[in-house]
Amino acid sequence: MHDGFAIETHSLTKVYGSGNTEVIAMHDATMTVRRGEVAALLGPSGSGKSTFLTAIGLINPPTSGSVKIDGQLVMDGPASQTNLRTFRRKHIGFVFQKSNLIPFLSAIENVQIAMELNGTTPRSARKQAMELLDYLGVADRADGLPTALSGGQQQRVAVARALANKPSIILADEPTAALDSHRGQQVMELFARVAHEQGAGVVVVTHDHRSLSVFDTIYEMEDGLMRKGEKAEGG
Amino acid sequence: MNLAYKDIRHSFGRFALTAVGIGMLLMIVMGMGGIYRGIEGDATLLINSIGTDIWIVQRDTRGPFAEVSRVPTNLVDRASTVPGVATAREFVYHTIQREHAGKSLRMSVLGLSWPTDKGDWLPLVAGRTLRQNHYEMIADKSVGLYLGERCKLGKDTYTVVGITANMISSSGDGIIAVTVDDAQAIQFDTTGEAVRLERAARAARGVRSELVAKQPSMLDFADRPANELPALARPQVSAVMVRVAPGADAQAVSDIIAGWGDVSIFSQQSQRDLLIKGTVDRARRQIGLIRVLLTGVAAIVMALILYTLTLDKIHSIALLKLIGAPNTVILGLILQQALFLGVLGYVIAYFLGQKIFPNFPRRVILVNTDLIQLAGIVLIISVASSLLGIWKALRVSPNEAIG
Ligand SMILES: Nc1ncnc2c1ncn2[C@@H]1O[C@H](COP(=O)(O)OP(=O)(O)OP(=O)(O)O)[C@@H](O)[C@H]1O
Ligand SMILES: [Mg+2]
Repeated sequence: MHDGFAIETHSLTKVYGSGNTEVIAMHDATMTVRRGEVAALLGPSGSGKSTFLTAIGLINPPTSGSVKIDGQLVMDGPASQTNLRTFRRKHIGFVFQKSNLIPFLSAIENVQIAMELNGTTPRSARKQAMELLDYLGVADRADGLPTALSGGQQQRVAVARALANKPSIILADEPTAALDSHRGQQVMELFARVAHEQGAGVVVVTHDHRSLSVFDTIYEMEDGLMRKGEKAEGG
Repeated sequence: MNLAYKDIRHSFGRFALTAVGIGMLLMIVMGMGGIYRGIEGDATLLINSIGTDIWIVQRDTRGPFAEVSRVPTNLVDRASTVPGVATAREFVYHTIQREHAGKSLRMSVLGLSWPTDKGDWLPLVAGRTLRQNHYEMIADKSVGLYLGERCKLGKDTYTVVGITANMISSSGDGIIAVTVDDAQAIQFDTTGEAVRLERAARAARGVRSELVAKQPSMLDFADRPANELPALARPQVSAVMVRVAPGADAQAVSDIIAGWGDVSIFSQQSQRDLLIKGTVDRARRQIGLIRVLLTGVAAIVMALILYTLTLDKIHSIALLKLIGAPNTVILGLILQQALFLGVLGYVIAYFLGQKIFPNFPRRVILVNTDLIQLAGIVLIISVASSLLGIWKALRVSPNEAIG
């Protein structure tokens, strides 16, 4: 783990549409997340949380502003500074609310494919994938297809996949929305553990105020504006 | 990890069903090609196997297959005397439809010039060639007669002594071979009543004729069969086939015969062309067009199927992009599945065809060049039709994985 910022955004702005239909979904959003830091992003529906997360996830280019990941400038306004898909593969892990596993691959294959895409040999990818599933407590369901897994199990496999290539940042958009509070708490604690143990910067969008205790920093968004919030006490 | 394989394994039933569907479509395309070849093949089958160099037909006709041709029997003797001619045979050939054992029997009757031709060149699958100059026949199995069966044609009963395979006329009827005399007896058969009436009419004409007045004994002949009447020639034949002696100049032989004013001549090749470009031309072109259309339809159907397959995976594809899969991986997934379906469909088409085509009433001939051509077309269709899916897949945003 080295010091320095995993994520640095500067004045990120996103405008959808134009003219009458123009929506300023995000305005001047600035956030810094260190390696090993877990940040929560709160805010009412439509406030621009997903817009922000997908902007730093390099799948939704901002209208203006810049994104640095691991100290490297990757987005400068809408212009990418590198091959985004390759960059995502190497540096970013994603977890989303709904199941985002590939339906025709088993749990372990879903993790394995991420590694193989990144150049790991199938053999070693399978071994490492199994270790990750074990780490996340779903090793016994390794050969199950996503449809045969419970929501919590699917989410843990998704986390395992997000971790597959030892990313610098992990981005999660309401990862616990489909889970009961106990399972939700477990997944949140998992993010904290991964951040601390693997030195990744983690940003989690959540509506769940009960699990805020696991976060190091809290950001709040409202009407596209972001501010750093107070760290809530207790859960 | 091969994503295409994993996806196919996951929804195997669906893939299998799709492959069978494509296979049946391709089988029809394949069958159309086979029917096309069958028509061509049937048309030239007799010409090809009868083994002759020069056809002599009635002057200015395109006979004997494309239209009616009549030449006198003694043309055989005239042709034989031409230097360089090895053999000259009469060609007697006509199609009849008769009742036999309660069902309708359609066949083309071919006369063999006994005793030079006993049918040795016929593709026998059972039985033997002709051993006597009357009342024996060699029938193609498509006629539906069995070995040893007795069949009444005209006034005489013929015994099936040999069975051939694939001896078919250009219109698809099975061929039976009998001696020339028998063939003519079958062709010119008339009922007893017709014969009696004709004899009576002949006698009546004779009484009025100056010839009979001078030669009263002529009237006796009026009561005899027509072919024994001295004044009447034997029934004519359709054509005369000439085989040129080895080493002789075929062109010289042709030139001599072409000089005769009552006949026209055709080489083996021009007879073949007359058949292909004449008699069966429309049928052939019709099938050819249907085949082209079907290939187009197959292409469209396959494109739709492959496009739908891609659409079903669009979420997975967005997800793959999200986790950083390069375009080659996505391209590979779609292309491999397209090729898999194409190849499997083709294989199914081939084996299904092998089972089904032999039951068709006419021959369906799968020629290697056609099979290879179709395989090439299927490959091209597979690739081309997956382009639609690839185009869609490459436009999908990784954002869609989140929705
Ligand atoms: N593709 C788009 N085109 C136009 N407007 C969009 C698009 N995506 C989002 N928006 C708008 O941008 C604003 C922010 O949306 P966003 O999805 O970021 O909100 P959110 O905070 O994630 O909400 P939720 O909590 O409901 O997920 C909303 O007003 C939304 O309607
Ligand atoms: Mg959202």
